[in-house]
Parts: sequence; structure tokens; C-alpha cells
Amino acid sequence: MMVEISRQRKVVNAVMLSLSGLCTVVVIAVLFFILGYLLWHGISSLNLDFFTKLPKPSGESGGGMANAIVGSGKVLLLATAIGVPVGFLAGVYLAEYSGKAFAFLLRYVVDLLNGVPSIVIGIVAYAVVVRPMRHYSTFAGGLALGIMMIPIAVRTTEEFLRAIPNSLREGALALGATKAKTVFTVVVPAAISGLVSGMMLNLARVAGETAPLLFTALGNTFWSKGWLAPTATLPVMIYNYAIAPEEDLHKQAWAAGFVLLTLVLLINVTARVIIARGPASARR
Amino acid sequence: MATPQAIRPTQINVPIETESVKASPMAKLKIRNLNFYYGSFQALHDIDMAIQPNKITAFIGPSGCGKSTFLRTMNRMNETVRNTKVEGELLLDDENLLTMDVTNVRRRVGMVFQKSNPFPKSIFDNVAYGLHVNGIRKKSVIEDAVQRSLEHAALWTEVKDTLNRPASALSGGQQQRLCIARALAVEPEVLLLDEPCSALDPIATLKIEELLFQIKNLTTIVIVTHNMQQAARLADSTGFFLLGKLIEFNDTRKIFQNPGKKETEDYVTGRFG
Ligand SMILES: Nc1ncnc2c1ncn2[C@@H]1O[C@H](COP(=O)(O)OP(=O)(O)O)[C@@H](O)[C@H]1O
Ligand SMILES: [Mg+2]
Repeated sequence: MMVEISRQRKVVNAVMLSLSGLCTVVVIAVLFFILGYLLWHGISSLNLDFFTKLPKPSGESGGGMANAIVGSGKVLLLATAIGVPVGFLAGVYLAEYSGKAFAFLLRYVVDLLNGVPSIVIGIVAYAVVVRPMRHYSTFAGGLALGIMMIPIAVRTTEEFLRAIPNSLREGALALGATKAKTVFTVVVPAAISGLVSGMMLNLARVAGETAPLLFTALGNTFWSKGWLAPTATLPVMIYNYAIAPEEDLHKQAWAAGFVLLTLVLLINVTARVIIARGPASARR
Repeated sequence: MATPQAIRPTQINVPIETESVKASPMAKLKIRNLNFYYGSFQALHDIDMAIQPNKITAFIGPSGCGKSTFLRTMNRMNETVRNTKVEGELLLDDENLLTMDVTNVRRRVGMVFQKSNPFPKSIFDNVAYGLHVNGIRKKSVIEDAVQRSLEHAALWTEVKDTLNRPASALSGGQQQRLCIARALAVEPEVLLLDEPCSALDPIATLKIEELLFQIKNLTTIVIVTHNMQQAARLADSTGFFLLGKLIEFNDTRKIFQNPGKKETEDYVTGRFG
């Protein structure tokens, strides 16, 4: 009887193990397939021009996406400048100050915000920023992505701060530190590597967002005239080129996809390295 | 060991003992009618005590009897726990500790915890932290204070060449001495220690006991310990707690050799607890 059961367990165990092993292989394969596929189709367009030249007028071949690369950089910079401070401070409040009932409510609202589809955030940014200003702009795009970063920024901050043992807070308070001093000179520094990498993953997550940019940053075949003017971005460029008829544009779209994915992966890997190398208190 | 019969007469000492608590103009800390509550649970009952300056006062008693709670009312650390209430009087140099600015109280009444809790910073920055917090910015002043504090904590010779290394690299005993140095850096008038050696081996424990003895002239020391030999070795006065009440508070020698209460006698002779 016992032997029966243990044999059955072993079989189940073996099946589960090989199944999950197989799925792991699939996950890895998918990533490398996508990377390889992008590279395969885009490699012919991946040259110095791609990174340094403006798009050519339609009909002409060649040219590059320098404006979209810079545009994406600016949009993401602005998104970080908006989403990270707001989310971080709200997370600090949630972890260190708020009462139980309010924390519950705030967490709930944050989760709801996280569930708002990106296209809806784009429409709202269009209605409250683009329309009144009568301009599509880098600013509107950055704002839309920044809002998208807030929920994760809040929850990441809260989780990493909560992981810091209370004994550290008490140690600082016992030396006459105020609550705010304690939080910002002991608790936050103790969690810093987790916080930084969390924010980087957050950035990587919105870096490929296209929908909210379609009607905020719009697009631009030339260099953007500034933060309040429309700008090209990599995701929107991919979208536009992929649905264009010209074969050459398709190739450029693949190349742009490869560049975007590589960028996202790089941010991810850097974030993981920071976590792994961080102080023990943040790793826990 | 004294027999219970022999102890009875010493109970006459009790009124004198309370007398000495009341008539103690010299006391660094005076505690009168202190009651403490976690929500509806009363953890301390009518504590009266006077803690003498530049002496070592030890609290003993079975776990859960309120020693830590009492210690943590003296620097108002209990205020960080939600839903607590304190009643009675706590005087620091005749000043009402409960109405003083709390950061000021904690600067004047330092604390070392049961589990060493160095900040994830360098050794130097750990010791300097309290100075920074209290607005001291001058580098030379900070450097002097760091060295002095580490010397008092008997740690200087071991770390003087590695001040910029992370505190986490130190051994357990060194970390606890670092926490003592950190507390001493702001020159507290009272130093509270809550079972500071409970996680340490005998040699590390002995080092800490020695240094506490050395710094008696700098500050007033109050130490909670579950180790009765430690109380007997270190303390000038010892208080015995049971179920949130201060059963007896007297000269350490008296507590251990000729206790005034049956409960104390039972505890110090190891009959329970
Ligand atoms: N944060 C808290 N909330 C509620 N009850 C507590 C808390 N801390 C301690 N207590 C209770 O108060 C009593 C005294 O605890 P404590 O002061 O830690 O005792 P000791 O230090 O003597 O072991 C115990 O019954 C304990 O359960
Ligand atoms: Mg305790």
C-alpha cells in the first residue's frame, strides 16, 4: 500500500518535473526566437545610418531612426521624472506612515490604476493635455507613460521598505532621529538597490508602450522641435513602418524592434545585477 | 542560602526601601506610579523607582514580566507601538520626560537592543549617525567623537584601520559593541540596554560587561538581563519584576543574598522562572 502510494508520487513527481522543465525551455526558446527573428529580418537595416540619420521621405530607401531613438529617450526620461518620485513618495507613505485602513484603500486604488488599459491612459492624456495645448507633444507622451509607472513604483517602494527590519528604524529613532530622518537616512538607503532595480524594471515595462503614445507624442519624421512638440518614438515608428507598404520600411521596423527589445533586456539585466549585488537587507 | 524563615524579618525593610525611592533628590530618573497598557492589556502596574546617576541598575525577572516594556517607557520607544497608553510620572533630572520633545528624550536616554542592529552603513557612519541626526556637521568634531565612542566601547583597536568597511562585516559581539559606541556618541545621560548579551558567547559577553563597568562614570546605566550572574556581577542595584509588577528593588547584594520577598528569593535561587 505504502509502496504503491510512494511509487505513484514518484511518477507524478517525474511528470511534473519534466513538464515544468519543458515549459521553461519553451519560455527561453520564445525569447530567443523573438530576438533571432527580429535580427534576421532587421539586420540589413541595422547600420550606422539607422542610429544617426533621419527617416528618408517616402519612396526613397535608406535613412534611419535617430529622431525616434532620441524621442523615446526623452519620453522615457520624462516618464521616469514623473512616475518615480510620485510613486516612490506614495510608497513611502504607504509603508511608513499610513494607518491600516487607509493603506488598504490606497493599495486598492493603486491596483485599480495599474489595471487601467494603457490606451485609456493615452486618451485621457490626449483630452487633458493635447487638446488644451493644441499640440501633440513629448510632454504629453512622457506624462502618459509616467502615470503608467506610478502604480508599480508605489508597490515596489512599499514592498522593499517593508522588507527592512523594524530594528533598524528603532535604532535610528533611539538616537533621537525624527521619523522622517529615520525613513530617509536609514530605511530608504537600506533598501536602495531594490528600489533602483524595481524602478528600472518599471521603466522597462513601459518602454515598449505604443498605444498611449499614438495620440500624445504622435510621431515626427524630423527632429522634434522641443518638449512641447510632437516627437517620433521607437514603438510608434515600428507601428507606422510595419503597416506601411514599402518593403524597406518593414526591414527598418524589424530593426527598430530589435533595438527596442535589446534596450529593454539591457535594463532588465542591469536591474537584476543591482539586486543581486545589493546589500543583504535589500536582497531579502 | 537563607531559609524562608530567616527572610521574614527583612520584610521590615520594605517601607525603608520605598522611603529611599521617594527621598532621592540625587536620582537621575524618578518613576512614580507608572502604569502601562498595550490596548486593554496592562503590562506595568504602579511602578515606583529611583535610578541613581553613574550607577548600574539591573532588571531581572522571568520573560514576559514587563522588563523591556519598562525600559522602553524610559526613552518613550513604546510610543512607536500603536494603541499604547502610559500613566504616571517619569522624571529625568526632575523634568517631566513624558512632555519633553521626544527626540530630545531619546538623545539624552540612549538605547541598545537585544539583537544588535547596525545600520547597513560603514562602521564610521554608524557611530556618526546620531551626531548627524543631532545637527553636528563639523568633521573634526565627528571624527573625535567617533574615536572616543569606539574607545569607550572597547572596539577602537579592532576597527581603527577598517572604519570604512561595512558594519555587517563585524562579528556579533563586535556589532553589539558598535551599537554601544553608536549610542555613546551622542553622550547620553542614561544608557538603556535590553538583554544586550543574550545572543553573544561568554567571551563577547565578558567584554561588554567590562566596558559597561568602565563607562559608569560617563553615564547612568540601566540593563535588562535574564542572566542573574550578570546582574550580580555588574549592577549596583537590582530590580526584580514579576507579572508587570516591581516586586523588589534594592542593592544588588541584598537582592541576591538577603532578598526581602519570597518571590525574589524563589527567583534568584532558581526555584522558578
Ligand atoms: N507590542 C506589544 N503588544 C502587545 N503586548 C505586548 C507587546 N510587547 C510586549 N507585550 C506584552 O507585554 C508583556 C511584557 O512584555 P515585555 O516587556 O517584552 O517582557 P520582558 O521584556 O520582561 O520579557 C508580555 O505579556 C508581552 O506579551
Ligand atoms: Mg524583553
